[in-house]
Amino acid sequence: MGISLKVNGRHIEAEKGETILSALNRNGMHVPTICSMKGLSPSGACRMCVVEVEGWENLVPSCSFYVQNPLTILTHSPRVLKARKTNVELLLSNHPDDCLYCERNGSCELQNLSEDLNIRERRIPGKKSPHKMDRSSPAIVRDPSKCILCGRCVRVCEEIMGTSALDFAHRGNELRISTTLAKPLNFSNCTACGQCLISCPTGALIEHVQFPELDASIHAPEKIVVAQFTPAVAVSVAEMLGLKPGIDMSKVILAVLKRYGIDHVFETAIGADILITEQAKIFEQRSGETGGLPLITSSCPAWVQFAEQYYPELLPLLSPLKSPQQITGSLIKSWFPGWAGVDGKEIISVVISSCTAAKNEAQRVEMTKSGIPVVDLVLTTRELARMIRLTGLDLDQLAGESAAKGVPAGGTAGNLTAVAGGEAEATLRSIYHCITGKDIVPSRLHRFRIHKSCHEMTVQVGKREIRIATVNGLSNAVALLDEIRTGKKQVDFLEVMACPDGCTNGGGQPIPVNKQILRARSRAIYYMDNDATIHGAHNNPAVAQIYHEFLGEPGSQVGKEHLYTTFTKREVLL
Amino acid sequence: MDEIARIAGILERFPQIKRNALIPLLQAFQDEFGYISESAIASIGAHLSLPTSKVYGLATFYNQFSFIPHGTYHIKLCNGTSCYMGGAGELLNEITKILGISDGETTRDGLFSLEVQSCIGACGQSPVLSINGKYYSGISVIDAREIIKQYQDDAG
Amino acid sequence: MLAEKVFLLKLAQGDLRDMTPSQAGKVSLLNREKVTRPLIMVNSSTSGIVAGARETWKAIEKYVSERSIDIDLCESGSIGLSSEEPVISIQMPGRTRIFFSRVKADKVVSLLDDLFHQVIPDHLLIGQLRREGQESWADVPFLDEIPFFSLQQRIVMEACGIIDPFSFGEYVARGGYNAFLKTIRSYTFTEVCDLVTESGLRGRSGGGFSTGQKWKSAFQTSSDQKYLICNAEESDPGAFMDRTLMEGNPFQLLEGISIAAYAIGSNRAYIYIRSEYEDAIRRISNAIHRLREMGLLGDNILESGYNLQISLRKGPGAFVCGEETALIASLEGRRGMPSTKPPYPSVSGYLGRPTVVNNVETLCNLPGIIKNGPDWFKGIGLPGCTGTKIFSVSGRARISGLVEVPMGTSLDVIIHDIIGGVEKGRDLKAIHVGGPLGCMVPPEQMKVPVSFENLKSRGLVMGSGGILVMDDKTCVVNIVRYFMEYVDKQSCGKCIPCREGTRRMAEILGGITRKPVDEEGQTTLERFKGVMQLENLADVMKDTSLCGLGQNAPNPVLSTLKYFRQEYEEHIFDRKCSSNTCTELRNWYIDVDLCTGCSICAKRCPAEAIIGTTRHPYFIVQEKCIGCGICYEVCKFAAVFYR
Repeated sequence: MGISLKVNGRHIEAEKGETILSALNRNGMHVPTICSMKGLSPSGACRMCVVEVEGWENLVPSCSFYVQNPLTILTHSPRVLKARKTNVELLLSNHPDDCLYCERNGSCELQNLSEDLNIRERRIPGKKSPHKMDRSSPAIVRDPSKCILCGRCVRVCEEIMGTSALDFAHRGNELRISTTLAKPLNFSNCTACGQCLISCPTGALIEHVQFPELDASIHAPEKIVVAQFTPAVAVSVAEMLGLKPGIDMSKVILAVLKRYGIDHVFETAIGADILITEQAKIFEQRSGETGGLPLITSSCPAWVQFAEQYYPELLPLLSPLKSPQQITGSLIKSWFPGWAGVDGKEIISVVISSCTAAKNEAQRVEMTKSGIPVVDLVLTTRELARMIRLTGLDLDQLAGESAAKGVPAGGTAGNLTAVAGGEAEATLRSIYHCITGKDIVPSRLHRFRIHKSCHEMTVQVGKREIRIATVNGLSNAVALLDEIRTGKKQVDFLEVMACPDGCTNGGGQPIPVNKQILRARSRAIYYMDNDATIHGAHNNPAVAQIYHEFLGEPGSQVGKEHLYTTFTKREVLL
Repeated sequence: MDEIARIAGILERFPQIKRNALIPLLQAFQDEFGYISESAIASIGAHLSLPTSKVYGLATFYNQFSFIPHGTYHIKLCNGTSCYMGGAGELLNEITKILGISDGETTRDGLFSLEVQSCIGACGQSPVLSINGKYYSGISVIDAREIIKQYQDDAG
Repeated sequence: MLAEKVFLLKLAQGDLRDMTPSQAGKVSLLNREKVTRPLIMVNSSTSGIVAGARETWKAIEKYVSERSIDIDLCESGSIGLSSEEPVISIQMPGRTRIFFSRVKADKVVSLLDDLFHQVIPDHLLIGQLRREGQESWADVPFLDEIPFFSLQQRIVMEACGIIDPFSFGEYVARGGYNAFLKTIRSYTFTEVCDLVTESGLRGRSGGGFSTGQKWKSAFQTSSDQKYLICNAEESDPGAFMDRTLMEGNPFQLLEGISIAAYAIGSNRAYIYIRSEYEDAIRRISNAIHRLREMGLLGDNILESGYNLQISLRKGPGAFVCGEETALIASLEGRRGMPSTKPPYPSVSGYLGRPTVVNNVETLCNLPGIIKNGPDWFKGIGLPGCTGTKIFSVSGRARISGLVEVPMGTSLDVIIHDIIGGVEKGRDLKAIHVGGPLGCMVPPEQMKVPVSFENLKSRGLVMGSGGILVMDDKTCVVNIVRYFMEYVDKQSCGKCIPCREGTRRMAEILGGITRKPVDEEGQTTLERFKGVMQLENLADVMKDTSLCGLGQNAPNPVLSTLKYFRQEYEEHIFDRKCSSNTCTELRNWYIDVDLCTGCSICAKRCPAEAIIGTTRHPYFIVQEKCIGCGICYEVCKFAAVFYR
C-alpha cells in the first residue's frame, strides 16, 4: 500500500514503514550520506541526509525516518543546504589539509562532498585533534587524524566480519576509533581482511603501501623481480583505469609489468591449481581417517588468522596447504631459479593481490625459508593501478602479451578461487577425478555460483555423497562453525572466505564498490572459466610440468617442504 | 587472595550472561580493584561473550571507570557552575602545580590521584573538594595548599 | 515485627478510620507529632555532609554521651537551604521543632547547652515548624512566616528535611502509600492514565511533555513486557532537586514509581541513578528493601494481583545519559549514545519494549495527584501548566537552595522575594535558567510568569529548573564559555554538528575571553572569523543535532547574543571585560609612586613578567603578563592596579 510523498513539489510513492531515504533513492533522488550502510540498520549519526519535513520543527534525518503517513519534504532547500554545508565545513575544520599527499586523493568521499556543496573557503577556524598514526600492521595503516568518525569500519568489523577489532572509545571531541586498550593494530584481533578500509570514506584507513620497495627492487640491477597476480586483480584493475568493471585485463597486466621492468610474471592461479590438486589428494586421505573431516580450506589468510584466534580446536581440520599466492611464491623461489638458470638469492618475489591480509601473511614465520620471506612484497590492486598510471602506457595500443614460451604461467580451475564458492567448485572437480577417475561436467557444479553468504549442498561423487558447505563473510561463518565444533552439523568439505563474496571483494580492491560492480567482477571470473579449454586443475599441463620437474607427485616430501604450512593458536584480546 | 580468585569471585555474582550486565560488572571491578585492568577486560569479555573492544569502548565512555589505579589519596574536585564561580579553576591549577598531575592522573609515587567530578549539587558550599570521601568546602587556594601538605606529611 | 507490619499496612490502606486511642497514640509517635524524648535530626544527606554534618553528628553523640542525656538522634534529608548547611532540627517533648543553620561541629556544645536549658539562641536560628498539638516557642519565628518558606508552596518537598527518610512507618503515618494502594485497588490502568492526563502534569526534566499522554502511548503498545524507568541521572550542574527528593523522601519517589508502573501495565521498574549520588543510593536501597519486607514490592502485592519489582541501577557517569534514549542504551550495556526518534521509547525502548522514562520530580508529584484528585492539582499553577516546580538556586544568590513554587510564579518573585536577591553589596546582572542547555535571562525578562510556553515564546527554556544567579562582577561571556566547554566534554560525539560544533564554539568563546596573542599565534582575523560563525554554528546545531543535548547546547550563546550583545562586543572589539573576570583581558600596572621595589611581586609572578631592580619601582611587561592578578594579591603597598 503506497503512501504519497510530495518531494520538492513532485509526488512519489513510498511503502509504509520504509525510510524516506530509501523512497528517495528508488525514485532517482539522492541526498548525501556518510554513515549510512546498505544492508545495515541506520545510525542517524552524520546528519548529512537531513531533509525538511512539514510539521517537524527541526530537520529530519531521512535515513532513519520511517514513513507512516503522507509527508511534504524539501531535500535541497536553503535551510537544508546550509546545514549540510556547515556540517562538512565542521568536518574539514578538524581534518588535515593533506589532500594532494593523501592515498585517497581522487577517491575520497569527503572531497566529493566538499565539491558537491561548493565549499571554497575555510570559514571555521580551530585546532585539530592530535592523533598518532598506527603503522604497526604490515597490512593496514590507521591515520586517525583523517577519521571522520562515521563508524562504518566499526560496523563492518562487528556485523559483517564478526571480529569487532575496532570500536568507538571515549566521547565528545575525544571520540576516536580504537582497538581494545588502544593497542597497535598488530597486537589486536584484527585479521587484516581490509573490509574496514573498503568502507572507509577517507584516507583514515589505507593499506601499507609497498610500491616504493618494488620500485627500488626493479631499479637494482642485480635483483631479479618475479611477480604474480591473482585473477581477482585481473578482473578489477580496469575500474581504476577509467574502464568498465568486469573486464579481464590479464594480458594487459602482463604487458605492463614487463614494460615496467619486472623480469618474470606468473599468474597466481597456477599456485591455486597446485593447491587444488594437493587438496583433492588430502581430502581422499582424510576421508579414510576417523575425525579427519571436514576438510576446511586455509587459502584465505584472514580466515586462517580468525581460526587461530577463535577456533584453535578446529586447526587440525584446516587444509595444511599454504595459500595460492604463497604456493606460487614458494615455487618462484625454489623451483624457478633452477628452471630459469638464475641465482635464487637475488629473486624478489612479488604478489599483486586483491587481499590486504596477504601482506600480513607474507610476514608470518611459517612463510619464511631460512629466515627469508618466501614472498617479499605484496601489492594490492590499487597499488597496481597506480603503477600502471605511472608507466604512462597507452593501454589501448598495448598488445596484450602472453606468458613467455615454456614458462608454466597460467592456471585453470584455480581462477575460480577468486570468488566465494570457487575453491569448493574447483576442488570438487579434482576430488571427482580422484575418486572416479573421470571428469565431472562443469555445469553440474554451477550451483556453487549462486550468490549466497552460506551455501550447503551435497554432490554425488561415484557412490559417495559429499556434503559441502561454503560460507563468505566471517560473521556468517560463526554460526556454522559453532555447529561444526559441537558436532551438530556434519560436513565433509568446508570453504571459508573472510570477505563477503570472496577475493573479488578483498581489502585491496578498487574503491568504491557496490553490488553491480561485484557482480561484474565475479561474472568475469566465471567467463574466464567457462571460456577456458581445460577445466580441471589435474588436467593443467603447466601443473603436470611442475610436478614432473620438481614436486614429484601430490603429497610428496618435496611438496610438503615447500607447499605445506602449520597453524598455531594466537593469543590476543578477542 | 590472588587476582584470579578475586576476579572469579566477582564473575560468580553475575551468572546471567547478558549484555545489560556489562556496566554492573565493570562497576564491580572498579570497586574491587580501583581501576579496570587488561585482565578485567579480558575476563569480562569472555564471561559475557562480548568482544573486548566493546568492553573497552564502553568503559572509556563513562566517568566512573579509570584505567590506572587511583592513588592512596584520591582527590575529587567538583566542576559545577557554582564551584567554578567559587574558584574551582584556581584550585585545579594549584593542585596541578603542587602535585604535577591533571584530571585522571596519578602521581608517580602513587600517593595522589585527581578526578574532576561532575556537579554533585552541593552548590551552596562551593567550591567543593573531597579526599577519600572527606569533604572540604568553601576553601581557598591557600587552604588547598595546606590540606594537601597535611596529607603529604601524614604519608611520611 | 509481624504485628507492626500488619499495623503499618492497615494504616497505609486507610483501614484505620476509627482508631483506638492506643493506635492513635502509635501513629502520633510515628509521625512525630509526639516525642517521648528530645529528638535531634541532622541533615546527613550530601549537602549536609559536604558542609561537615558527619562531624556535627559525632559532636552531638559525644555531647549526649558525656552528659548521659537520652535523645533520639536521627538522620534527615535537606530542607533545601544549601548554603546554610549543616542544618539540624530539635524537637523537645511537647514543643515544636526548631531548625538551626550552619551548625558546624564546634558550635554543637554551646547550642545544646542553651537548648537543654530551654534557651533558644538567636544565633544560627532559622525558625520553628508550626504543628497542631505542639506548644510553640516564644520569640521564635515560624517557618511559615519567613519569606523563604512562606512564599513557596511545598507540596513535593513538603517532608524533605523534616522526616526520617529511613523510616517507612513515619512515611505511612503521614498518609504515605495510601495513593498507591488506592490506585491498584480502585483504578484500571487506563483510568490512572486519564486521571494524570486530566491533572495536566507535565514532565519536569525540561521536556514538558504530558506525562499521562506518554503513559498512554506505552500502555496502548502491546508487548509481553513493559518498563518504567525513573531518570535520576541528574548531572546538570547546579541542579540538585532530584537528589534532595531522593535523599529527603525516598518512599515518596518509590510510591510515585509504583503508580506510574501500574499505569502503563508494567511490572518492572528501574531507577537509573548516577553513581556519584552515594547517599541517595543508600537511602533508596533501604527504602526498596523495606518495601519488599512489607510486601509492597514483589508478587501479588497485598492480594491485588499486581506484581512489581523495582531495581536500582547505578549510572556510571555521563551527562548525556539524562537523555532518555541514551539512558536506555546505558541500561542495555552500551555506550550512552542517543538514538533517533521516532521510534519513541514508549513504543520501542529498553530491549525493544515499550518504555516510559520519567523524571524524579514528575514521579514525586503522583502520590499527591492520586490522593487529592486531578482538580486539586489543576487548581495550582496555570491552566495548561499545572502544579508546582522546584527550582535550585545557586551562584551569587544571597541564599543557595531549593524553591518550590506554583507554575506561573515569576522569576522576580523567586529571586528577589524568596531568595532575597544577590549577595550583599552587589547588583543582579542576570540569571541563567536551565543549566548548560538553558538560557540567560536579563532582569527585564524576569517578570514573566514561569511556564513552558511563556519561556519558550521569549526564546528561553526552563530545563530542569536550575537557576544560576549572576551579579555585576560575573562575566556573562565567561559563563557561556564555561557552559559550552562543559557540553563539549559531555557530548557523546555521535553526530557531527554537536561533536564538532560544540568544540568550535567553545574555542571561539575561549578566543574572546583570552588574550589575543597566544602560543598558537591565532590572529585577529581568525578570531573575527570565528565570531561570525557563532550564530551560524548555533543555528545549524539547533536544527540538525540528533538529540536534545546538541539541539539545546547553543541556547546560552543565542540567548546572550540576544540580551547581552554589548558584552560580547566589548570583549571582541574593545578587548575588555567590564566585570574583570576574564583575567587575561585585564591590564595590570604598577604605580611608580607607591612601589617600594620590594620585589615580592616579581618573585611570585608565574609568567616572569615583572622586571626591575630592588628599591626601585618595578615594571610589568604587558606582552608577558597573563593577567592572573597574583601581584595585586601579594603587594603590601597597594601599588598594583588594573585598567
